[in-house]
Amino acid sequence: MRDHSRDDARVRAGRALRLSLLIALALLFLIPFYLLVRNGLSSESDITSPEWTFFPSTMRWGNIEELFDDTSVPFARSLLNSSLIAVATTLGTLLLASLAGYGLARIPYRHANKVFYAILGTLMVPASVTFVPTFVLVSSLGWVSTLRGLIVPTLFSAFACFIFRQYFLGFPRELEDAARVDGLGYWRTYWRVVVPNSRPVFAAVGTIVFIGAWNSFLWPLVIGQDRDAWTVQVALSSFTTSQVIRLHELFIAAAVSIVPLLVVFLFFQRWIVAGVERSGIDD
Amino acid sequence: MTTTAPREQKATGRRKLWGHQNRTLWFWVFVGPFLLGLGVFTYIPLGWSVYLSFFDAHNTVTPDDFVGLGNYTDMLRNEAFTDSLWTFLVFSLFIVPATYALSLALALMVHRQRRAQAFFRSVFFLPAACSYVVAALIWKMSIFNGVRFGLANTVLGWFGGDQIAWLSTTDPPWYWAVIVTVRLWLQAGFYMVLFLAGLQRISPTLYEAAAVDGARPGWQVFRHITFPQLRATSVAVVLLLVINAFQAFDEFYNLLSDSRGYPPYARPPLVYLYYTALGQGQNLGLGSAGAVLLALIIAVVTVGQAKWFGLGRKEAE
Repeated sequence: MRDHSRDDARVRAGRALRLSLLIALALLFLIPFYLLVRNGLSSESDITSPEWTFFPSTMRWGNIEELFDDTSVPFARSLLNSSLIAVATTLGTLLLASLAGYGLARIPYRHANKVFYAILGTLMVPASVTFVPTFVLVSSLGWVSTLRGLIVPTLFSAFACFIFRQYFLGFPRELEDAARVDGLGYWRTYWRVVVPNSRPVFAAVGTIVFIGAWNSFLWPLVIGQDRDAWTVQVALSSFTTSQVIRLHELFIAAAVSIVPLLVVFLFFQRWIVAGVERSGIDD
Repeated sequence: MTTTAPREQKATGRRKLWGHQNRTLWFWVFVGPFLLGLGVFTYIPLGWSVYLSFFDAHNTVTPDDFVGLGNYTDMLRNEAFTDSLWTFLVFSLFIVPATYALSLALALMVHRQRRAQAFFRSVFFLPAACSYVVAALIWKMSIFNGVRFGLANTVLGWFGGDQIAWLSTTDPPWYWAVIVTVRLWLQAGFYMVLFLAGLQRISPTLYEAAAVDGARPGWQVFRHITFPQLRATSVAVVLLLVINAFQAFDEFYNLLSDSRGYPPYARPPLVYLYYTALGQGQNLGLGSAGAVLLALIIAVVTVGQAKWFGLGRKEAE
């Protein structure tokens, strides 16, 4: 009896300890988000004041307006560029990678495995290591500082193709057989039966690709040389390294830049987790 | 098509094309566009890179001054490049074990947490939606700012510590604290999710058996059941961490460069290559040689590690 109650107390103490540790860590993880918003709504002197305070002396919601009114900063344009790039990259990647993944998983072809390994092999070559030659190629096409140059080279994600293939390998055959009996070929089976029944994996891959495209930095930095071709990340980065930017504008710009992602992220979070879990990445 | 039944051979050309009997054709309709793009934007650049690396190519992509292995020997003798490899090595010695330990610890705690599990998972995963550019801004301009203001120095002040110029102090190298914490914050949640997935796959019967054998919950169970069962996940996590560390660019570039340029210290290979190939000299030949060397190192490390730890092998026993 005595032992049991002592064990219970220990378990309860352990649980309380774990919970307080989790809460402390959660606060630590949230601080940077808090700082982003706090500084974005401060005046410049509040941000640089040596007397740091938890809240700014006055909340300046007008900072957002000021940011978009500031003509020396191409922020609205960069937001538009990033949106176009992220949407186009996501749609293009989903289309190309899902078709390829389906073909590899479900259309019998003698050399399918060789093709699959040729695709998988490119995962070993980190994309950023090929940025020099890809830059060379894109510039010889005359695509520097164009949306084409920013989008097209990023559309062929071996990672997305791999996830789709793994997913389609496990797709129930009965559904496809029924379509076959109805006289549908591969193409129509794919569009009418397979895609409508695979929404979660499309949502998962789409979210991961969208976040990656919105946040990518090295490629847009290399290709977006004109101000008109800057993405949000390149714009923010160029502000941090210049001396003329007003700090409160910089912080509110950064805060605005993560809003679309937070919306997408919170909305699709469950699928990201499921997508990662099902990707077979740790199998 | 030789095995096709005579009845089907009589099919019209249209049916042959659109019916599902022509599998090879349909395979290429589905896979072809993707493979073509991958060829143009991955294989061709790779080949071109190898080609360029044998030429003296300043500002041109069609050079005619063949230098053989000259670029490679220059690169390997170049202190700036070898220093960049050391920077990577130091960086990964910090970041790989730190991220591994933190993400595993987070996963273990979140996994056992009954109430509000989804909340904690979201909070730790949330930074994954943040870009390195934005995170670097917060780190550089708000937490680890210079001597006058900044959260880290404010907190140090509370405890009577001296103010530190975090990003420009090279002795001791305080800038590492900034660079390592920003990546730790951004990526720990993602690897936590991988570990959570691994934890969910461990069969409860193993824990029951351990309890029957008298293993104390806590350290003993972790050491003899949980940790060995997470082997495959661990291997994948370490592999991804090393590869990602090799590609470090965004936070170094955004934390350390300013309007005066990039300081000579703490340049990982990609930052170095960026300035070599696309900086003032536009030395594409030398940059390509560096890129090829880097790719080779990554391939050796990846394959070696996979062999060493037996990646792809299913859980033993």
